Amino acid sequence: MRLPCPICGERDIREFYYQGAAVALDRPDPEASADAWQDYVYLRDNRPGPLREMWHHDSGCSAWLVVTRNTLTHEVLGAELAIDVKGARA
Amino acid sequence: MRLADKGLIDRNAPISFSFDGVEYNGFKGDTLASALLANEVRLVARSFKYHRPRGILTAGSEEPNALVTIGSGGRADPNARATVQEIYTGLEARSQNAWPSLGFDAMAVNDLAAPFLGAGFYYKTLMWPRAFWERVYEPIIRRAAGLGTLSGQANTDKYERAFAHCDLLVIGAGPAGLMAALTAARSGVDVILADEDSIMGGRLNAETYTVDGQTGADWAANTVAELAGMDNVRLMTRTVVTGAYDQGTYGALERVNHHADRRDGKAVLETFWRIAAKQTVLAAGALERPIAFQNNDRPGIMMANAVRAYVNRWGVAPGKTVTVFANNDDAHRSAMDLQNAGVHVAAVIDSRNSAKALGDYRLITGAQVCATSGRKQLESVTYRTASGEDSISTDCLAMSGGWNPSVHMTCHMNGRPTWREDIASFVPTPGSIPNMTVAGACNGDFSTAACLAAGVAAARDALAALGTKPAEVPIPNAEDSDYKMEPLWAVAGKGRAWLDFQNDVSVKDIKQAASENFRSVEHMKRYTTQGMATDQGKNSNVNALALLADATGRGIPETGTTTFRPPYSPVAIAAMGAGAQGKGFMPERFITSHAATIERGAPMMEAGLWYRPSYFPAKGETHWRQSCDREVNLVREAVGVCDVSTLGKIDIQGPDAAALLDFVYTNMFSTLKTGRVRYGLMLREDGHVMDDGTTARLSDTHFVMTTTTAAAGQVMRHLEFVTQCLRPDWDLRFTSVTEQWAQFAVAGPKSRELLNGLLSTPIDNETWPFMACGDVTVAGVQGRLFRISFSGEHAYEVAVPARYGDALFRALLKQAEAMGGGAYGMEALNVLRIEKGFITHGEIHGRVTAFDIGMDRMISAKKDCIGKVMSQREGLLDEDREQLMGFKPVGAVKQLTGGAHFYPEGEDPTPDNDQGYMTSVGFSPTFGHFLGLGFVRGGAARQGDRLRMIDAVRGIETVVEVCHPVFFDPKGDRARG
Amino acid sequence: MPVVDLKPKTPLDNMVLLTIGTVTFAEIDAGPLTSVSPYLGQAGNLSDALKSAHGMTLPGPNRATGKDGARAIWFGRDQALLIGPAPHNTLAKHAALTDQTDAWATTTLTGAQATDVLARLTPLDLRDAHFKRGHTARSDLMHMNASITRLGTDTFMIMVFRSMAQTLLHDIQTAMEGVAARG
Repeated sequence: MRLPCPICGERDIREFYYQGAAVALDRPDPEASADAWQDYVYLRDNRPGPLREMWHHDSGCSAWLVVTRNTLTHEVLGAELAIDVKGARA
Repeated sequence: MRLADKGLIDRNAPISFSFDGVEYNGFKGDTLASALLANEVRLVARSFKYHRPRGILTAGSEEPNALVTIGSGGRADPNARATVQEIYTGLEARSQNAWPSLGFDAMAVNDLAAPFLGAGFYYKTLMWPRAFWERVYEPIIRRAAGLGTLSGQANTDKYERAFAHCDLLVIGAGPAGLMAALTAARSGVDVILADEDSIMGGRLNAETYTVDGQTGADWAANTVAELAGMDNVRLMTRTVVTGAYDQGTYGALERVNHHADRRDGKAVLETFWRIAAKQTVLAAGALERPIAFQNNDRPGIMMANAVRAYVNRWGVAPGKTVTVFANNDDAHRSAMDLQNAGVHVAAVIDSRNSAKALGDYRLITGAQVCATSGRKQLESVTYRTASGEDSISTDCLAMSGGWNPSVHMTCHMNGRPTWREDIASFVPTPGSIPNMTVAGACNGDFSTAACLAAGVAAARDALAALGTKPAEVPIPNAEDSDYKMEPLWAVAGKGRAWLDFQNDVSVKDIKQAASENFRSVEHMKRYTTQGMATDQGKNSNVNALALLADATGRGIPETGTTTFRPPYSPVAIAAMGAGAQGKGFMPERFITSHAATIERGAPMMEAGLWYRPSYFPAKGETHWRQSCDREVNLVREAVGVCDVSTLGKIDIQGPDAAALLDFVYTNMFSTLKTGRVRYGLMLREDGHVMDDGTTARLSDTHFVMTTTTAAAGQVMRHLEFVTQCLRPDWDLRFTSVTEQWAQFAVAGPKSRELLNGLLSTPIDNETWPFMACGDVTVAGVQGRLFRISFSGEHAYEVAVPARYGDALFRALLKQAEAMGGGAYGMEALNVLRIEKGFITHGEIHGRVTAFDIGMDRMISAKKDCIGKVMSQREGLLDEDREQLMGFKPVGAVKQLTGGAHFYPEGEDPTPDNDQGYMTSVGFSPTFGHFLGLGFVRGGAARQGDRLRMIDAVRGIETVVEVCHPVFFDPKGDRARG
Repeated sequence: MPVVDLKPKTPLDNMVLLTIGTVTFAEIDAGPLTSVSPYLGQAGNLSDALKSAHGMTLPGPNRATGKDGARAIWFGRDQALLIGPAPHNTLAKHAALTDQTDAWATTTLTGAQATDVLARLTPLDLRDAHFKRGHTARSDLMHMNASITRLGTDTFMIMVFRSMAQTLLHDIQTAMEGVAARG
């Protein structure tokens, strides 16, 4: 498997560390409800198909990526820098 | 028998080898199979289950029968296919699965018991008693059935792994693969052409076809020569592509030195490649399928294409009088090639009524072979026509039931092949593997002309996808005959007609599976073991599922195929784990004091990838506890030195550095004064403890964080996450400096005195109070000094650039020893911190909260931090949770052990009664008995309680008293003194 | 105060020089190493400061700038490694500077088959057209995190954590032997 790092280009999977759904970017406000925090920390839809997920280019550039990957076919539909995704929302 | 003037072997290079201890001769270019056939050795193996005599069936990697062991001892290579193994001088091959000998195999008695050993035998017979499964049945089965055995010795051969990259990977170097590679190479893209054979050309080397007026073999050799001369081409012979993986990654096994006795300890035997390809052309060819008829497994019965290959490529006649049995025109070529080589052809028996002779040989149409005779060697075949049965004396039968495209690789990513009625076989479904084009026989194109054209077309498709203009490559002229096949899967009749030769599966077994309702092809496979041997049913799967379709009244497409999975060919575990043996398994991280530590005889222990000293044995000490006790005492009474460089160190700079620390630590760091150190606790977002450590403030915008040794990488990744994914607006940068600094703990009442002997500016309690830090000059070198303590003593950690680590360690030890102190290792460090109730990852093991370790008040109410919200959940603050406490023995048994559990006195050690568990223990010379840290329900409220500590694994029970976790100097006066 | 002279040691201690077949592996002393990480929005200013102080611009991703003796290599997201000169004071205004001189084992691998040796160690695509002179990458080298820079047609600079220098030597030597044994 290979992932297209926006900084380093396409690289072998062994350079990356997997973290799970990109929900991690949406940290609730400290005052948010218990349900919101429960959702953030634990609950994942886990539907087969395209999923936005967090990968860390651990032994490459150290960037956190948001990779869109089809969990049924393993097709990689795109990768963005998490910092850009987060920055665009700010 | 060797034929004159035929074949691609080098008759000027004779090679002697042995099989079952007998010396034979062959030539360079021979496989073990061709050389054995040349020496008229027909019986080469015994079958897996019934120990039936077996010969050589094929001329390629799909061989199910002729499996042998090459070499002996640790280098023995079991289950080598004689059809793939090239001979070299001194090669020693042995037959397998026969005792006492291949000629007389006692286990052949299984064959007589065959009526009781059919499909499902294991499941029906070896059920009771249950206790016999592992102790009786399995050893018996393993001994009786099976292939080659492992030597039990370490394999001393070298295996390596490697990576390769290309624009186009061409799998298979037959006519389609060669044309694909040539077209792409001339167009200028990077090409890798991989083929499992020792010479490229595929069937062109085994047939008598001409291509552009040359022999097929010459045309292939000339094409390969052109490719070899191009910088953008990498030719990989003896390399089988084993699997297709995501995003154009392919596994490939290169048999580097199986063909040579060059194993000098440095040359590798096999290389396992990972090839990253933008585009792929699969030109894997096709495999001929046998026909099932009674006793179709006798030595001398071979695939028709293999007979041709032995004649044409190796100049070997597989028999003196050969008969052909086929359902297609292609197999008639075997008869013609044999005749041209001067070998007698008894007859061609063709199941088609419409069959026409293509040459001058006896043709029997509308006929089927229904029986054979000859136990260790075929003697005759019996065929049946509409007018009755007749026999032919023959010592070799060339059979062909048609061809199956090698679709395997196209199914590795969940693809399913498509049934094609006209060739009665499966072909790849387009798009099964992204960026792969399929060409030639593996796509159902069986003529040479079609293969050559398909190779060019596939390359052009790949080049278009690569955005490269294709070079104009003329398609060579070649035969374009139709193979005119009419399906024949099995000949009706009594007796056993074999499908899977390697696992001894017969037509009857398939029918039995269907009748017992194992109708799904996947169920049938597992019930009968059809296709589950090392050849994965390459010869037999299509036949088997055609018969299953028939038995269940379905069509073949509806019956479907089993799942093809990598590897395409067997791969040794050693090749898959290549490079990861011994020191290649994982990096060894050495501290700068490693050499000085080893010099002092200290045994090293692993801490993650690091190696750290357990203890430093002094003269006369015979037990580690003596050393450990002494080292604890010298720290408590004088001064000890310990390398603590393995702790993670992270340099954090920038205007928002303090904000980051406030956010990742539970407690406040923005209030920390420059020149001071603070202990911090880090949580995961789920509220449990991630790590702890001290952070020093070097300036308003500059901090150095320390992590535990184990969590250094995790914390770095966490900081990357926080700064990139949660707060990218913060202006700060951080980088690991773990490796930059060699850092030593100097601990004990005389620590300051020791340091003042090395520091350019002496320190005192006013200039360097407890938790002070700053730059110093130590022995002339710019370093850093931190007054922190993990022992509870008056202590420091002194850091210098790593190049000076070895020298500083030696200097510190020399000073320490002169003052009655010395080095201490991990064992003493552990006892010292247990005496003080300091935690490590033994305690913060991932399931504990700040509350559990008595640090809930460290979660600042004045700010948010990672994990704060979730740490406040009701269940995580329950007073009844297991909380950190100290433990000491109070009964007759004095030993404490880590991992032991606590139970109330007078109650049974059951899960219901479990009160908690011990995490760390050590013998304290300070107190003269064991001390432990652990978790107990109710925590501090239990202080003074007595509990049963039971270590069920080691069989130890001790009565313990629950204590405050800080045993020694609870007020902390010593560290401040 | 007793006079103690601390003798420095290099990561591979004795400046290893190893030739097997056509490939040579050597530890080098590249001089001071400083990680240079521009603060938010400071990359341009840092590049200017680098240019005037040390003669090279701030390298973009996967590139190296400068030359022998004064080089800057891209070292990760928002980080370059200044190799050779001690960092000029003007850089600190725009970037976090951290001394890394002792943190890395710095080596070179030279020879016509150097890429074959590296192909056994790293998943990087090192084909000439894809990894040219002046290109650099962070990647894996066996199980180690490494920085690999192409200094010339047949010359690579390889850096791993100092503590793993012995493993680097072991892994490189094994790969060199494997390549050499093929002839």
